[in-house]
Amino acid sequence: MMVLVFSDNEKIAIEMLAKAVDISKELGSKPSAVVLGRDGQEKARKLVAAGASVVYLAGQEMDEIKAEEGSEILHSICKEVDPPLIMIGSTKTGKEIAPRLASLLDAGLSTDSRKLYVRDGSIVTERIVYSGNGVATERFASKPAIVTVQAKTYDPLPPDDSRGGEIVTKDIAPREYGSKILKVESMVSEGVNVEDAQIIVSCGRGFKSSQDLKLIEDLAKSLKGYTLGCSRPIAADLKWLSEDHWIGLSGHKVKPKLYIACGISGQIQHVAGMRDSGIIVAINKDENAPIFKVVDYGIVGDLYTVIPKLVQAINEKA
Amino acid sequence: MNIVVCAKQVVDVGEIKVNPSTGKPILEGIPKKISDIDKNAAEEALRIKEKLKGKVTVITVGSEDARERIKEVLAMGADDAILIVPPDGADYHVVSNLIEKAIKDMGQVDLVLCGEASIDMFSGQMGPRIAGALGIPQLSYASKITAEADKITAERNMGDKRVVSESTYPALVTVTKEINVPRLPSLMQILGSAAKPIKIVKAADMGIPDLASKVILEDVKGLAMNRKNMIFKDDLDQAVKVLAENLSKDGVLG
Repeated sequence: MMVLVFSDNEKIAIEMLAKAVDISKELGSKPSAVVLGRDGQEKARKLVAAGASVVYLAGQEMDEIKAEEGSEILHSICKEVDPPLIMIGSTKTGKEIAPRLASLLDAGLSTDSRKLYVRDGSIVTERIVYSGNGVATERFASKPAIVTVQAKTYDPLPPDDSRGGEIVTKDIAPREYGSKILKVESMVSEGVNVEDAQIIVSCGRGFKSSQDLKLIEDLAKSLKGYTLGCSRPIAADLKWLSEDHWIGLSGHKVKPKLYIACGISGQIQHVAGMRDSGIIVAINKDENAPIFKVVDYGIVGDLYTVIPKLVQAINEKA
Repeated sequence: MNIVVCAKQVVDVGEIKVNPSTGKPILEGIPKKISDIDKNAAEEALRIKEKLKGKVTVITVGSEDARERIKEVLAMGADDAILIVPPDGADYHVVSNLIEKAIKDMGQVDLVLCGEASIDMFSGQMGPRIAGALGIPQLSYASKITAEADKITAERNMGDKRVVSESTYPALVTVTKEINVPRLPSLMQILGSAAKPIKIVKAADMGIPDLASKVILEDVKGLAMNRKNMIFKDDLDQAVKVLAENLSKDGVLG
């Protein structure tokens, strides 16, 4: 009986292993992990160093993980390992595999689990619901319990290369499906990482054209270590910025020490992505914009007037 | 082409407030609607029907009052609907099994369309769960789809990469909000939707043995934002000055 960890994102897998090591003690089990795809050996060694007692390698011929195949392979490993708990990294790939695996196992799944513990022998988890308006506590009434986990939910253990762990290759052939992957393209990326940013200046529909984003760059420059963020329409509809800038429920979730929202109305889906920020500031000309309900400081005014003034005020302060 | 659209009735999350005395979100009296992204799925289904001919059936699992909201999708152009009333405390396992059974009972279904997630819970479980239960291919997070007589192609937003996938039928596709702008029905269509059939079924009558929730929702606590909430207006010169001072005092200016 082993707690099973899987993510196509190595960092999240390593973070989840720290929790798996911990909770395995309570469950009387051992932490294990699955690696799908190529270069499995090398990845498996890192997962052993991060705490996995056993790492299963499977689907080593796959360049891309198809959900249909990934979930079948995990299902097959689960039948052998009999895990009380399966933790899956909450990437897009993880999020499409986890529910499919849950249906194959007839199991419960709780997504984006932020807390995980054992109470009276049952696994209990907490997750955010209603776009950030509530925290739900959910108890698993059956085994296995499956959770998906976002990046940075747990701190990784320091890697220990002297740790012993078994690496087991599994030859599992999933059945054929009528689907295939035709093309994989890296998204246009401007190499920003909003999730690690300390200061984020973010823009929304209040900007009239993409050229006007220069204004926000001026503001961002007057702050130290800034990163540019945006709301959904700017990245997804207008495509003024690449999707790595997108902050929100289906974009990135961020927690900088300072978040400045310029021309963002504050749809609840956007707020869900930035609500854990240290200080939140908003500039918006609409006094009734919902963003003003969730800020520390708000300025009601035209961003085209306010931003240059704010740049000056900050520069004088510095 | 027989197409199923899964549409969920949700509370309008933007309207939720937290009850200060109980600390719980107030859900009573909040307006309900069809989850936004499910309407994108419906729009896509209708466009495919216009191109390839066929029938669009809406499946909803929810309370009986969802009937009124389903009419919105019928008014958009869907042909008929099935409303399944679930047992209390139904989790994703139960709901996906109910939808799977309803689809199987329909006979031949070529395409199932779902939103990537509902806007209230945002779990994104339903599409992949239904596809897994039916044992059919899934193309998730589609921001563009092209349906032809014998196959469907989807451009999928997979975070740091864009993946183009294709599948034969039957298949399940989950769509993102960017895929289209759902049509607004005309007054005639709204009036016409009243005549379209909505079959209401109780889960207990569907003949699924041993269907029980795997996850028990124990509690939902409100998550109130405790913010300083200082709003400046009118004198903008003064406003930026005070803001800069405050930010400096808060120690967040780098």
